[in-house]
Amino acid sequence: MDFLNDPNALPWLIPAGPLLAFLIITLLTNKSKLVPASDHHEYGGHHPDYDGMLVPVVARYSRVISIGVGLCGVLAALVISWMTLYNASQLHHIGQEVLASSIAWMDTGETAFMMGVLVDPATVIMLVMVPIAVLMIFIYSIGYMAHDPRQARFFALISLFAGAMLTLVVADNVLLLFVGWEIMGVCSYMLIGFWFEKESAYKAAIKAFTTTRIADVVMLLGIAYLYSLTGTLNYRDIMYNPETLDMLATTAPIIFGGWTVSAASIIGIFLIIGTVGKSAQFPLHVWLPDAMEGPTPVSAMIHAAAMVSAGIFSLIRLYPLFAAGGDPHHGVLTEPLAFMAVVGAFTALLAATMAVAQNDVKAVLAYSTISQLGFMMAALGIGAYIAAAFHLITHAFFKALLFMAAGSVIHGMEHGEHHVHEHAHDHSSLHPDGGFDPQDMRNMGGLRKTMPVTFWTFLIGGLSLSGFPIITAGFWSKDEILADAWLGVQNYGSGAHGMVFTLLALAAFMTAFYTMRQIALTFGGEARTEAAKHANLGKGVVSITMTLPLIILAFFAIGAGFVGVPDDFPVLNAIFSPEYNAFHHLTVEALPMSEATAAFSSLPDYHAKAPPFNIIPVATSILVALLGLWLGWLVYWRKPLKAGQRDPMENFLGPLHPVLQNRYYLDEIYGRVFVAPSQWLSAQIISFLDRGIIDALLHIIARLFTWLGDLVKVLNLWLIDGVGDGIPIAIFNFGGWLRRMQSGRVQQYMLLILAAAVAIGIVLVLSSGAALAQ
Amino acid sequence: MVDIFGIDALSVLVFAPALSALLVAALASLVPSKQLGRWTALVLSLLIALLSIQVFFDYQAAGLAIGDEPFIITQDSVWFEAIGARWTLGIDGISAVMILLTGLLTPLAILASWNIDDRAHMHLALLLLFETGSMGVFAAMDLMVFFLFYELTLVPMYFLINQWGSMPKSGVKYSGRFYASTKFMIYSFGGTLGMLLATQLIGWSAGSFSIPGLVEAWPTFREGQALLGIDVSAVKALAFIGFFVAFSIKVPIWPFHTWLPDAHGEAPTAGSMLLAGIMLKLGAYGFIRLVIPLFPDVWLTEVALIGVNVATLFAILSVVGIVLGAFAAFGQTDIKRLVAYSSVNHMGFVGIGIAVLAQTYAQLWTGANPAADVHSAIIAANGTVLQMFNHGLSSAGMFLLAGALYHKTHTRELADYGGLWVKAPVMGAILLFTSFASLGLPGLNGFVSEFLIVRGSWTTYTALTAIAMLGLLFTGGYILKGLRAVLHGPFNLRWRDTNLELTRAELVAMAPLIALMLLTGLYPNWILPMINTTVSTIFIRIAS
Repeated sequence: MDFLNDPNALPWLIPAGPLLAFLIITLLTNKSKLVPASDHHEYGGHHPDYDGMLVPVVARYSRVISIGVGLCGVLAALVISWMTLYNASQLHHIGQEVLASSIAWMDTGETAFMMGVLVDPATVIMLVMVPIAVLMIFIYSIGYMAHDPRQARFFALISLFAGAMLTLVVADNVLLLFVGWEIMGVCSYMLIGFWFEKESAYKAAIKAFTTTRIADVVMLLGIAYLYSLTGTLNYRDIMYNPETLDMLATTAPIIFGGWTVSAASIIGIFLIIGTVGKSAQFPLHVWLPDAMEGPTPVSAMIHAAAMVSAGIFSLIRLYPLFAAGGDPHHGVLTEPLAFMAVVGAFTALLAATMAVAQNDVKAVLAYSTISQLGFMMAALGIGAYIAAAFHLITHAFFKALLFMAAGSVIHGMEHGEHHVHEHAHDHSSLHPDGGFDPQDMRNMGGLRKTMPVTFWTFLIGGLSLSGFPIITAGFWSKDEILADAWLGVQNYGSGAHGMVFTLLALAAFMTAFYTMRQIALTFGGEARTEAAKHANLGKGVVSITMTLPLIILAFFAIGAGFVGVPDDFPVLNAIFSPEYNAFHHLTVEALPMSEATAAFSSLPDYHAKAPPFNIIPVATSILVALLGLWLGWLVYWRKPLKAGQRDPMENFLGPLHPVLQNRYYLDEIYGRVFVAPSQWLSAQIISFLDRGIIDALLHIIARLFTWLGDLVKVLNLWLIDGVGDGIPIAIFNFGGWLRRMQSGRVQQYMLLILAAAVAIGIVLVLSSGAALAQ
Repeated sequence: MVDIFGIDALSVLVFAPALSALLVAALASLVPSKQLGRWTALVLSLLIALLSIQVFFDYQAAGLAIGDEPFIITQDSVWFEAIGARWTLGIDGISAVMILLTGLLTPLAILASWNIDDRAHMHLALLLLFETGSMGVFAAMDLMVFFLFYELTLVPMYFLINQWGSMPKSGVKYSGRFYASTKFMIYSFGGTLGMLLATQLIGWSAGSFSIPGLVEAWPTFREGQALLGIDVSAVKALAFIGFFVAFSIKVPIWPFHTWLPDAHGEAPTAGSMLLAGIMLKLGAYGFIRLVIPLFPDVWLTEVALIGVNVATLFAILSVVGIVLGAFAAFGQTDIKRLVAYSSVNHMGFVGIGIAVLAQTYAQLWTGANPAADVHSAIIAANGTVLQMFNHGLSSAGMFLLAGALYHKTHTRELADYGGLWVKAPVMGAILLFTSFASLGLPGLNGFVSEFLIVRGSWTTYTALTAIAMLGLLFTGGYILKGLRAVLHGPFNLRWRDTNLELTRAELVAMAPLIALMLLTGLYPNWILPMINTTVSTIFIRIAS
């Protein structure tokens, strides 16, 4: 295959760069130098002390290789992505035409499973976002991980992470999507548990992997079912093919037959459950806040560019299947759509309530991620396909920005803490275990003075998250979701649309409020601790690599929204969408053509027009954003928290506050209901079933035969005695000696198994005889 | 197919390991140098491995298409004329894969036992003798020869466990290896007693032991014909049970599995590797090669009291094994027993694949359901054979790593480890890789075969497949538990001055396993077409 010159084959190379980087870093940098664990200059931070032991620390050349190779890999991916984007732009009509290439990967009888790559509009939008975001995360990591003793491992893993995400993006079938999906799961497991000595870190890692795996096995069933019905997993053959969609929508399911649903609905719900896990939706959202245990660039990777976006991206990919059999633009939802609408809207609100009561700077962002993913899921549920894709892209930019800015804050706080202790000559409490939490916002305050770049970029990201009107990207994407929901309410009186509209508007209000609270607690007022007073990123490479990505992403957090300004939006349409809404125009082409679907009554018209301009949703989204920000400003910025002062929310919410802060006690409930019983069960299976029943049965029978053998022996003894011959006695003595040599179980087991075989035989013979007699 | 000095390759593959074993054993008294014995065993086993690779690619180069005769018979001569048994060796796509696996794993097992000092020559000779037994089973095209080699594998394995098994735990007088080896022997031997009877019954009534011939002739023995005054269907049922129990013990199918955790746990590293990597496959291979084609009608017999047929019962037992095996592995505190129970879990997928194969084959053969889903069955069968190969790789790797840990720390208790990744970064990385291969991570080998099995069994056993997913979920649970106990958490300072990193021999032994796990995960079609062609041919013939 001519990869470089054939535009169809070129996308194969997009994930190759980071994947190769992973391989090279892993193979080249496994020689470390050994230093005493007590050497805090080389080794320390998140790593514990080991008395008198030598620990491996990444060698200097390994640092250079890992950064250099990692960056080259990502840059290669970026360049090839752009080349692919150019190739895609040369297509006459993207959507109808695509870039695609595949190979026979797995023989299945006379056919083979084809594995390949595909560039269609859905791929295009991701190829714009993912490589840029990943590159920013890489640059940022250079500074953030500069002093970590396992820096090379970090870059290897994050390269693999990026490679898996890009694989998922360019995949042309659900199976390859699943491959990238799971590899990202493993990467996140290893990166969340990167500081693996910490109990909280490895527990969070296991929790993340296990929780998402619950969803993944269900998704795997969905994939298997889809594959068995269609004989393919290729997107074009299923999602762009009205005949297949119609077949799926009109076939009765293989399970749940009594429930009047189509096979498409069952498959759809199975596949959506996969996303509920991966994109951290209720009730499987519990892993994501804990995932903050990893280094901050990982949080940005998981929460913005890659993992959780992958969940929503897969829903976007599979959307035609979910909508088959319904017509969301006319208020008719299928079961999968309704499922998404309910789960998404509920999660959006639930997570927003929890975010309000968090004090950890990263936890607030984690809950806001869950909440924003809920927005996207709910949008897909009501058929707002374009709006969901739009929000996915804008969210990725501003959330990556927010996480990395929060990481800078933490880094600055650690720096400040270090500074304070250096001057106090107190080396004993250098480690975070000393009680000081650099992530707790109550320890911050006034950081706008010492970390101005971080402050301004965080502010831009925060405003975008809040949906600050007109100038931020978040406003445009959120507004589009609400506009779609309102259209359903207005034209068809759809209850689902109404529910989504109400819950999301409420969630958007709370989003603006908790974001302002976060900004105020972190950057506003005066420093509440000595560490906060001295918090900064220092000078040099660390400072540059950690602020440059923030500035670039801040640009996208504002600008990314203008590609999707509705073409009938007053005034602004003339500037940004003179002919058409560019984002809408492109993305809608990923869906099957209207002419093709019109022949099938089971299928909706996927190419529905964008909702016309309506003042109610626009006013609502402006109002909730401004109201939330204003309230936050009123409570937290105007009257900054003093050191040791209670959070005003605690007074306001009263007994509700601990409930929210403790995440509705869901972790404890899951622990009691699921974790403890399965641990109990697994202990029982060994001690009760295997040892207590199966082996015990064997042993009992063995003992029975020993007893019978002894009985025979006694009889023999009596007989032999009766004969009274010397030779038999000698033989007997020999036999007794022989018997001691052996454990005595040989015969017993043999007899036992014969007995068992005979017993089973009798059952089978009788039953087969009975069957044959009929 | 290639031959060596005029002797056909399969005969060489069967006998060369035994001769090598003799040579290595003889060296013990001639030249006392253990190092020489090790190198001799390694070089000879590597030559045998090369030949098995050659045989594999020769079969591939034969370019058989779907519908062609899948068997390539290389040797067929008079052997035991009185009873009609002939010395027939041959392979099809399924056995070629198994021969490749056997050839590859034996030198790795020898490498893994590089540091065994106690009667080193004998230890290595037994490993080679085991290879002869397995090669013989996979190459045998005569039922009597098959049985002979099947039994032969027991002997070296018994002694390996009994003599080189684990040391007694502190405070316990006797090592568990005596109990384990006896249990293993009696379980296996008791199982094959019925098989011997069945073999004789079949051979005596059909007048031949040729496996391809019996596949044609034996199932058509119909009711009404009397054998020894007994109705044929009863004879068939008896013979079926003989095979069924023997192979179920070997796979192992729940509830015939309780020998396995003991045997695997107590065996020396190389013994566990071969036991899990190859020996369990003998059972699954027996089902595919013999029990399904010889007894298609019996698989459809309703089992009294339960109300399902034998094939479905087999699927149910397999799923029980998948789920309970995963739970049991999760509950272990001993690393080798954890890995051992993971075999029950993984081989359960082989079991459900066999059940689908049996059900569909039988429905087509008896005409009970001419419209049976052949396509799904072919996919399931592909997955089953590939899963056998994959489990061979990953379980051998897991046992090698567990053995490496045991050898250095002299403890198998998970609680005694902790945070070892700090001191052994390479071991940690390889353990992570192998564990994730075992877990079925997409991109690595196990996923491909498990996906094929899940897809293939979905249409036949929908609900059971869904339940098996619970096992797949808990596979994640025990793998993560093992990783956490060994690698994560604060370092256990008890091992401060112990070198925990893999030795050079262990690293060299892991390398080919890692390469194959990755290759099979990224591009399964390097091996799958051979399996697929054979399996598809079997089904196309039976359907027409």
